[in-house]
Amino acid sequence: MSRHTPLKDVHESLGATLTDFAGWLMPLRYGSESAEHNAVRQAAGLFDLSHMGEIFVTGPQAGEALDHALVGHLSALAPGRARYTMIVNERGGVQDDLIVYRLGDEEFMVVANASNYEKVAEELKNRAKSFNAVVEDRSEQYALIAVQGPRAQEILATLTDADLDGLKYYAGLPGTVDGRQALIARTGYTGEDGFELFVANQDAVPLWHALSAAGEPYGLRPAGLSSRDTLRLEAGMPLYGNELGEDLTPFDAGLGRVVKFDKPGDFVGRSALEAVKDTPPRRRLVGLVAQGRRVPRHGFPVTKDGAVVGEVTSGAPSQSLGRPIAMAYVDNDAVAGLAVDIRGSHEAVDLVELPFYRRKK
Amino acid sequence: MSNIPDDLNYTKEHEWVAGVDDGITVTIGITAYAAEQLGDVVFVQLPEAGSTVEAGDSVGEVESTKSVSEIYTPVGGEVVEVNQTVVDDPSLANSDPYGDGWLFRVRVEGDPEDLLSAEEYTALTSGES
Repeated sequence: MSRHTPLKDVHESLGATLTDFAGWLMPLRYGSESAEHNAVRQAAGLFDLSHMGEIFVTGPQAGEALDHALVGHLSALAPGRARYTMIVNERGGVQDDLIVYRLGDEEFMVVANASNYEKVAEELKNRAKSFNAVVEDRSEQYALIAVQGPRAQEILATLTDADLDGLKYYAGLPGTVDGRQALIARTGYTGEDGFELFVANQDAVPLWHALSAAGEPYGLRPAGLSSRDTLRLEAGMPLYGNELGEDLTPFDAGLGRVVKFDKPGDFVGRSALEAVKDTPPRRRLVGLVAQGRRVPRHGFPVTKDGAVVGEVTSGAPSQSLGRPIAMAYVDNDAVAGLAVDIRGSHEAVDLVELPFYRRKK
Repeated sequence: MSNIPDDLNYTKEHEWVAGVDDGITVTIGITAYAAEQLGDVVFVQLPEAGSTVEAGDSVGEVESTKSVSEIYTPVGGEVVEVNQTVVDDPSLANSDPYGDGWLFRVRVEGDPEDLLSAEEYTALTSGES
């Protein structure tokens, strides 16, 4: 039995195809996923992300507790700002990727993936024990609605007096949207400008309707997880379970920059990560663009002269490139002459730098 | 509820078959239900015109944003025509699955696989969704 968000009835009334995602019944698409993808690139899309977890860490030592629990230097974060970071195990393996918002001097919100937030909350509680800080999983009280795309600010501005111009990328501030209390954050997972609105569950349905109505003249459309996946893939953003997992370190994923060795105190995974930080991993995360039209998918082998040299972690047809794209872990010396084994047929691919798509500022 | 025209036959693999009554040449495509389940179709691979196929053979594939499905031929015989238009514009499989989105035509030899009536196919899809 899947859990569902406060917006399930809204999705059904919009004719969404619902799918199980990490134990949650979520909208996969409302109509054409390509149209939803293009709406986010060209106008705006409206996403229900209420399956994500919100874990609050509060108290005089909340920042120090997070410094110990995570790989980032969160006590150095200014109130109102946010950081992309990770939680790793003692072996340095990634347990989740996170966005941490500093809401006040003694208040942080950790946003975790749906598939992981219970594990993350448990780990944070254990790791914060020796600090004067309280960890509370409030995931079930919060809904999360995202407005993403080049028209997102204009749309949101019709419903709030908050200073959106002054709100930088990776910043968040409390405000009201359509008269409802919200944490307004300039974050996202699409490669576009946009906002994520954290609100109480009971405000989710009226806020969704208000945003839909406000966005209609701008070309806003509801967008499901299928387009969210192709959008983040084009933007080269990792997905936990595909590009990230407990058997990979942040360095394996090319994201070693999130590990802050120079912060004060010890942190979980430090010694394991220090041991590997200067050793190039055997494989690196790369982008692949297919020469043909068949799509490389998660788990397919990457080959060179018939020998396996890597594995696809995510793949999809790309609207923006007009060809199939994939992310893959590939041996360091494998650069040219690559193919992906698509059901027995070796289809030629070109290796490219990530991301596949970068928005024009 | 998906559109399931009365005058076609169907397969358990969510394909439709037209023109079975004359027993000579039949047209095969995917159903509206299949198209909805797949999502936006981005790639269609069809058998070669002139090739000989046997009932039940996998003869091609239909790929969408999220998944890929094989195309099976429910009849054996010679592939006499393939729809190059849907190869060039796979979205026709979504927008007009029973019309411009048809896939291939076979001159039938021998008996087709067990085909379903519209009524039987309706029962099959309502059991799945």
